[in-house]
This record gives sequence, C-alpha cells and structure tokens, in this order.
Amino acid sequence: MAAPMLRWVGRGRRWTFARVDGGSCHRRGAPTGSTSNRIRGQSSVAQQPLYTTQKPRKGEHKWAAVVGLEIHAQISSNSKLFSGSQVRFSAPPNSLVSFFDASLPGTLPVLNRRCVEAAVMTGLALNCHINKKSLFDRKHYFYADLPAGYQITQRRLPIAVNGSLTYSVCAGKKQSQVIPKTVRIKQIQLEQDSGKSLHDDLRSQTLIDLNRAEGQLRVDANISVHHPGEPLGVRTEVKNLNSIRFLAKAIDYEIQRQIDELENGGEILNETRSFHHQLGYTMSMRDKEGKQDYRWFMPEPNLPPLVLYDATSLPAGADPQQVINIDQIRETLPELPSVTRERLVQQYGMLLEHSFTLLNEVGLLEFFQNVIKETRAEPKKVTSWVLNTFLGYLKQQNLAVSESPVTPSALAELLDLLDSRTISSAAAKQVFEELWKREGKTPGQIVSEKQLELMEDRGALEQLCHSVMEAHPQVVMDLKEGHPRAINKLIGLVRKATQSRADPAMIKEILEKKLSS
Amino acid sequence: MTIKDGCVHVLSLATSDLFFLLAWLLWWQAGHEDHAGPDPPRKVSAALKQGQITPTELCQKCLSLIKKTKFLNAYITVSEEVALKQAEESEKRYKNGQSLGDLDGIPVAVKDNFSTSGIETTCASNMLKGYIPPYNATVVQKLLDQGALLMGKTNLDEFAMGSGSTDGVFGPVKNPWSYSKQYREKRKQNPHSKNEDSDWLITGGSSGGSAAAVSAFTCYAALGSDTGGSTRNPAAHCGLVGFKPSYGLVSRHGLIPLVNSMDVPGILTRCVDDAAIVLGALAGPDPKDSTTVHDPINKPFMLPSLADVSKLCIGIPKEYLVPELSSEVQSLWSKAADLFESEGAKVLEVSLPHTSYSIVCYHVLCTSEVASNMARFDGLQYGHRCDIDVSTEAMYAATRREGFNDVVRGRILSGNFFLLKENYENYFVKAQKVRRLIANDFVNAFNSGVDVLLTPTTLSEAVPYLEFIKEDNRTRSAQDDIFTQAVNMAGLPAVSIPVALSNQGLPIGLQFIGRAFCDQQLLTVAKWFEKQVQFPGIQLQELTDDCSAVLENEKLASVSLKQ
Repeated sequence: MAAPMLRWVGRGRRWTFARVDGGSCHRRGAPTGSTSNRIRGQSSVAQQPLYTTQKPRKGEHKWAAVVGLEIHAQISSNSKLFSGSQVRFSAPPNSLVSFFDASLPGTLPVLNRRCVEAAVMTGLALNCHINKKSLFDRKHYFYADLPAGYQITQRRLPIAVNGSLTYSVCAGKKQSQVIPKTVRIKQIQLEQDSGKSLHDDLRSQTLIDLNRAEGQLRVDANISVHHPGEPLGVRTEVKNLNSIRFLAKAIDYEIQRQIDELENGGEILNETRSFHHQLGYTMSMRDKEGKQDYRWFMPEPNLPPLVLYDATSLPAGADPQQVINIDQIRETLPELPSVTRERLVQQYGMLLEHSFTLLNEVGLLEFFQNVIKETRAEPKKVTSWVLNTFLGYLKQQNLAVSESPVTPSALAELLDLLDSRTISSAAAKQVFEELWKREGKTPGQIVSEKQLELMEDRGALEQLCHSVMEAHPQVVMDLKEGHPRAINKLIGLVRKATQSRADPAMIKEILEKKLSS
Repeated sequence: MTIKDGCVHVLSLATSDLFFLLAWLLWWQAGHEDHAGPDPPRKVSAALKQGQITPTELCQKCLSLIKKTKFLNAYITVSEEVALKQAEESEKRYKNGQSLGDLDGIPVAVKDNFSTSGIETTCASNMLKGYIPPYNATVVQKLLDQGALLMGKTNLDEFAMGSGSTDGVFGPVKNPWSYSKQYREKRKQNPHSKNEDSDWLITGGSSGGSAAAVSAFTCYAALGSDTGGSTRNPAAHCGLVGFKPSYGLVSRHGLIPLVNSMDVPGILTRCVDDAAIVLGALAGPDPKDSTTVHDPINKPFMLPSLADVSKLCIGIPKEYLVPELSSEVQSLWSKAADLFESEGAKVLEVSLPHTSYSIVCYHVLCTSEVASNMARFDGLQYGHRCDIDVSTEAMYAATRREGFNDVVRGRILSGNFFLLKENYENYFVKAQKVRRLIANDFVNAFNSGVDVLLTPTTLSEAVPYLEFIKEDNRTRSAQDDIFTQAVNMAGLPAVSIPVALSNQGLPIGLQFIGRAFCDQQLLTVAKWFEKQVQFPGIQLQELTDDCSAVLENEKLASVSLKQ
C-alpha cells in the first residue's frame, strides 16, 4: 500500500501525511512465510477474507481484522515546510535550523510552495478530492523534540480527501492469479515534522536534533479484530513502523495477539503500542507519549486558509507565483503506475504480473524499454530475458538496476544474435555470463572469441549424431521399443558434444531421420 | 446638539455639565486661533535637516532625560551605546546630504516584547530574563532602516497581559502626568489630597513603558503592541496618540505573541502626523508574516489636512454608553460628537448589538491562544530554566512555575481548560462564532454609511497605583479593555486621541474606529479632530528642567510639522 506513495513523496524534510483507511482490508492466516511475499509482490493484503487462529473447526467463530494506516512520508523539497532552512540528508545535527525551526519567540510559519504542490500532486495521483480551501491546526503536547509545544498539521480541513489506490495481489498456486484490490484514502495532510530525540541513558540526557527526523517513511498502523457481522473491535495503534517488512510483521503479530487475547477471555485496550523489530512483537507504550490530551486542535492563527485554484476559478491576471493551479499540476503528473502497467500489457502482450515486476524494481522499466528500442527480438523474448535472466542476476548479487554490469545496448545486441539464430539460447546464456564479468567486450566479440556461433555445417552435425548413437546403443534401443522421450537424452548428448552451438531443432530432425531409416 | 432621527440623545448632557461644555468649546476655539498664527512649530526632522540640532545632540538629550526619569520605570533596557552609534551614523548621513527620511536621527523606543537583535528582550518576565534574540522584529528593522535611533526597550505587563503596566517582573510604570504641573496644581487645590509621592498614577497598559517614554519626552515615538487595547489604553492615560493599525497591515514577525489573531504592533506618538510617519515606515507586506496583506494602501502615508468634514459620517455606538463610564469622559465624548455635527458632519447613533458579549468572548479566545503560544517556554532552548532535573516533565513544570507570574499562569490554565476536548465546542468554538458576530456588527455599521466610529477609549482617566491594585489583573483587564478589545476581534484600525484634561488635570482620550484597511482615512479624521481640540501638552519643567525645555519650548516635540 505504501510503496506507490513513496514514489510520489520521496526524500525531503516535509511530511505529507496520508491516512489510509483500510476498512475493507481483511487479512489471512498464520504469518508463516507470507511476509516476504508481501514485500516482493506487494501482496500484504489478504487473499482470504477471514482470519482464523488455526484451521477453523466446525462451528467456531471466524475473525476479521481491520487495519488502517497513517503514513508519514517526507516531501522531496529543498527547504522545510514552514521555514527557509534547507533539507539535506545526514547533515550535522542542528546545522539546518532556522529561528522558526527552533521556535524562537516571535517567529512565524511561512508555507513552502513546493510542499503544497507535492501534496496536490500526491492527492491527484491517489484519486483524491483536492480541497480548494484547506486549514492548518495546532496539535499540542509537551515533548523535548517539539520545541513550540505544538505541531502544525491539518486536521479539520486537509488538503486532499476521499481518494483510492487500486493495486493487485498475486494469488494461486504459482502466484499467477492477479486479484485487483482497492484501498480507500481518507485524507492527505501537510504536517510539520518534530525534531529527533537521541536518548543517552548512561548520562540520562536527551539530545535533540532540530534538523528534524531522518526517516523517509514512517507508518502508524491501527488494528482491530471482530467477528464478521458484529461491531468493530477496540483498536490499538502500533507506532513508528519504518519499513514495509516491519509493518507487515507488526500487523500480523498484532492481529494474532488480539485474537489470542480475546479467545482467552481478555480484552483489548485502546492503546498505543510499539513494535520490537528484533523480537517481532508489539508492546504497550506505557509512557505519557501515548496518552496525551492534545488539548484538542486549535486553528493555526498565523497561516491564512490555503486556497488553491483550478482553470475555472483562477482569478484573471493572477500572479502565477502567488497562486497554485490544480489543473496545471495535473498536467505535469507523470504516467501513473496503473496506466503504465496497462500499456505494457496492451503494447507487448505482457502478463499483468510481469508488468508489476517491471514497475516494482527501480529503473527496471526504463532498462526494459531501452532494450526494446534497440533490438529486433520479440517483446516476449525481451520480457523473459529482462525478468528472468537479468533480474535473476541482479537479485543474486543484490544489485540495483543502475549498478548492473550489462547495459541495455549489450542485452539488445545479444538478443539480436539470438533472434537471427546466430547463436543458440544456451550460448546466449553463456554470452550473458561473460558480459556480467564487465570485461568490456561486446556480445559479438564474445561470440566470435568463444566460437559460440550455431553449427551450420549439416554434414559435421550428422557425423556427430551418428557417433553419439553408436556410443549409446541402449538409448537407441529404448527409443525403438516405444519410449519416444528418450530422444531428448540423445539431443542433450549431441549438444554437449557441440558445446551447445548446435540448434536443438536441427539435431532432433537429423536424429529422427537416422532412427527411422 | 440637534437631535437627528432621534438617535443622538444617548449622549445628552446633564445640566451640570453645561458650563464645562461652554468653557471647553471656547478653549478649543482659542487653541484653534493660536495655531492659525504665523509661526507654526518646526518639526524636529526639519531642524535636523537644517542642522539646528544634530542627531547626536538629540540622542544625548533623550538619554539624559531617560536618566532623569528613571524612576518612572519606563525602560527595562536602555540601549545607550547602540543609540549613540546610530546617531553618529545618522549625523554622517545628514552631513553628506543623504538623510534616509523623516525618521533619520529620530529617537524611538520599543516595547520589550519585540525581538531586537543583540538586545535583551524580556517581555517583563523571569522566563525571558537574559534572552537575547538573534534577529530583529520586522517593525524594528524597518525603523532602523529608516535611520531611527533605538533608545531602549520599554516596560510592560508580563507578556503584555494586563492593562496597568503594573504586573511585570521589573515593577510598575509610573505615569509622567503624576508629576505634571497640570496635575500638581489641581491636587494643591484639593484639600483631601494626601502624600503626593505615594499617589502616583498608573500609565495604563500593557504598553505603559512606551507611553511613559514618549510622554516624558525621552523619545519621539514608541512601538507598543495592541491585542485588546494595550496601545490605546496607555495612550489615553498618558495624553498621547495611540494607534492600532488594521490587522495585516503591519508585520507581527518578531513580536512575541499574546494572541496571534489579534496582536498588532501599535504606535505611540505625541501627534497624529507622527503616527502616520511611523505607520508609513512600518506598513506593508512581510514575507515572514503570512497574515500581512499585499499592498492594501497607497504609500506614502501623508495625511491630507481635512478642511471640511461635511461629507463625513460619524457613528456613535449606543452600546458603548455603559454605566461605569465616568461622567467626564461621557461629556467629552458627547462634545466631540457635537463638534463634528457643528462642523457639518453627519453624526449617527449606531448599534453594535453584540458588544456586551465581547469581553467574555475575548477572554476565551485570548487565554486559549495564550495557552498555546506560551507552550514553547519550556526552559529547554532559551530563557529561564529551573535547577530541577529529575525528569523532563518535572523540569518543565518547575521552569514554568518559576518563570511565569500568576497572571500568565492563570491565563494558561484557563486557556488549556477551554481547549480540552470536552470543552472545545462549548467555549472555543462558541467564542469564535461570537467573534464573527462582533466583526459583523462593525461591518453592518460601516455598511450603513458610517465612515468612522467615535467612542471613549477608557472608562475614566488614569487612577493612582494604590487604587488600581485593589482589583486583580483579570478584573482590571475586563474593565479597561471594554471599549478597545472588540476592535481587535474585528481586525479594524483604531486610534486614541487625547482630547482634554479632566477636572484632576489628567488626560482623557477618545477613540476613533475605521473600516478595515482605511487606516489613512481614520488618521485623517483623527488629525482634523486633534487640530480642533488642541490638547494641552504635558508640562514637566520641574521634573526635566533644561532637557524638556528644548523639546517643549522650542516646539521640537514632534517629528512632523504640526499645522
């Protein structure tokens, strides 16, 4: 759920804050083994609507879990949401702090235009209704990393509401069944980040970095379980989950914990919990942080309502620097992943699950498209090579697409050689392996150096076939006695003898001819 | 007074006031004639330009007066070195003929809740003792950019919460009028008057230090802040012009907030033209304050001299005639209305029906924002921090208990109560709705054709300190802000103009309220009125001897050219 959000709201210091209401999100069974699938395939949402502790026994109540996510993501911007000070990853502590960031008395917030544009763009990408007028509020609590004693956020009237994100999960025996799902987005709000606390237990000190927090993504998950048809259960909130893997683990754990608790006659408290990521369980945060009365939310008096325009409401002669035009932002929106996937399926006859893989890996789609551009090979062939061979090598060595030793051009040339039947598939794999060694040779050079061209000399091939048949009379006997599959063994032996340079189809043809004669 | 449409009778006079009325009108006319004479007072800025006095001389005279009037407790910090250095630079500019304008070389003072770079800014609170801001408030910077000399930071009620300038950690401010010839002579006539020294008067507040500083001639203009009347109230008590601009006209950046949605920097001067000059320097959008409005007013802020008020319509809000209003103030208010009418203006009684709810509503909104704004004073980054370090929470609690006085803590507690989840709808949201009704009252009055409203500024003249402290801060604020805070809730411009001396020889001010962003029109009317009433200046010769002689007798008491 979170990954597409990340794509829109990447690095930076501002917080866009999306509340994803996963009211319809039911999750399945025991967490064993499903976790890694979730990340890879983005299938963290259930395939089966009902959740049972073990195998449901006859007459036993079934459980449904309800999960809502609050996703905090930093906006990629040069300066902070309400001040002119810079945003830079891993800057020295407190080196990027304006007077406002330090909450010096008399300082006032000034809204960063870039952040508003990013929020509008995120809202549009998530099919939200963009509020033409939104408001800022103060949320009060005392904490050392919150120097003003309140946080400026958008609670009453946020910048975008009522969105949705459609995604798919792979199911079935081979994960080949693609099930479309929709998650509802309640709201997107602009929110000031707090500082970062570093607790020094030894000296019982807390150090504060007002550069603000470093994490790019932070998720709070609200979780409850209930019996279908009955009112929703009491929810708990698991705070500060900073990776999708931990998010899935924490949710799985918490659902199971709540079910166990309730089945053992206990009750669920409406509380804040933290997730111990090493031990894999959640625990109650018994400190005051979780139990604040935020003294409700007061309107932020220093920021006038944020007014956005569209093509119809834009005042004539408005200074483009002073107004934000939703329609203009819509035009700059890049192609959304769902559209890209649909296009890939249409244009290249690709399976939907392949389109997911292409988009989920950073840079892979671009790599694929560059290969397609330069090669004569069929798109299906390209897809297969990129997703199986190329991606397989990357994963094996834990490399990003950008770190790949094989360029799109090299792969395109290799696929051309294959397409023109200059080399066999097996030889192509060999060439690929050579390319991976980064020796700076082109596929053509490798083919000629290693003499990997297909054996075109039929006479020589016939001679080889003959020798192999003579050397393996038992296999020939099997064939003749009505075991046609035994021919594969002979084909394999001939190919081996040619160092995989011969076309298996031709070998088969020669062998069949000899056997029948 | 002719009664038009049966509406002005609320201001009808008691018979006993008639004599006073006649005397007063005659005196006004006399004053008028005086100033029709051939020798108008020169403005000090003209004197500077002509080299009759140098900025350094002017600065030294003011510094000397600050020392002589130290007992007034008008200043928390006197920035002597800064001022003298600025004077030196100003002097160079004058010598080179590169004066920056009317404010170049003019001594000013700034209330100690405006941030001043490198100069301690305390808000008259233990919490900020020793706090030296690293930046200038926009208004301070603008004054400095115009070449003004910063004489110092003036006293106030702690965090501007009060109406007497009696509740700051540096002690109360004494009203210079306590020592004026006018007041002393009246007291001599009064056989009941007791020991003079213990009978000194309050300045009003919370910008009492700024008012006392201007009133005692230690500077030409001072910045106050005005959240519920904090500039206009001490202006009325100290015989000054106290101007509260429209909300959004002047930047609040660097003003340590009381109530963000009502605060505005205020201007205290000895005449309306001076206030206009200062406003001209301060007004305008500030990228650091998102609530400032883009160019609503044409600069520069020169005020025309209104020859004729016959096209003017003055509104008299009937709800402002409250039983607590002193008869003297009431009669002066009535006479002022008569003056406009006699000069051809239309004077209408108008209704602001939600006025009586205003002060309660103001209290809820004010304390709520205070609770929020004061949250940052936690002892962590700046200002006071207690010695307790058992836990962060204990440190917060002790720091805030030690750092804030009872008034501030009381307002924080009330505000937090109003902001609690269970109370929010019943108090804060309701108060916001009432605020809207109050703002609409003004809109309706102005839509009915009224240009400017005329009201009292305060219920009475300044009272002695010993009298004032018989009531607590909250009671006093509720009484003293009664005519002024509604204007802040509506964001309108308003100005208090000194009108006359009371029977006790103390100044009384009246308030004009204008349409939002019609500050110039408001000041133009105020200037006409000022000219008609010819308020007598404070006579402090005994107190300030040679120095004030320079400023008074040589008629260099104002920046501008009084006509």
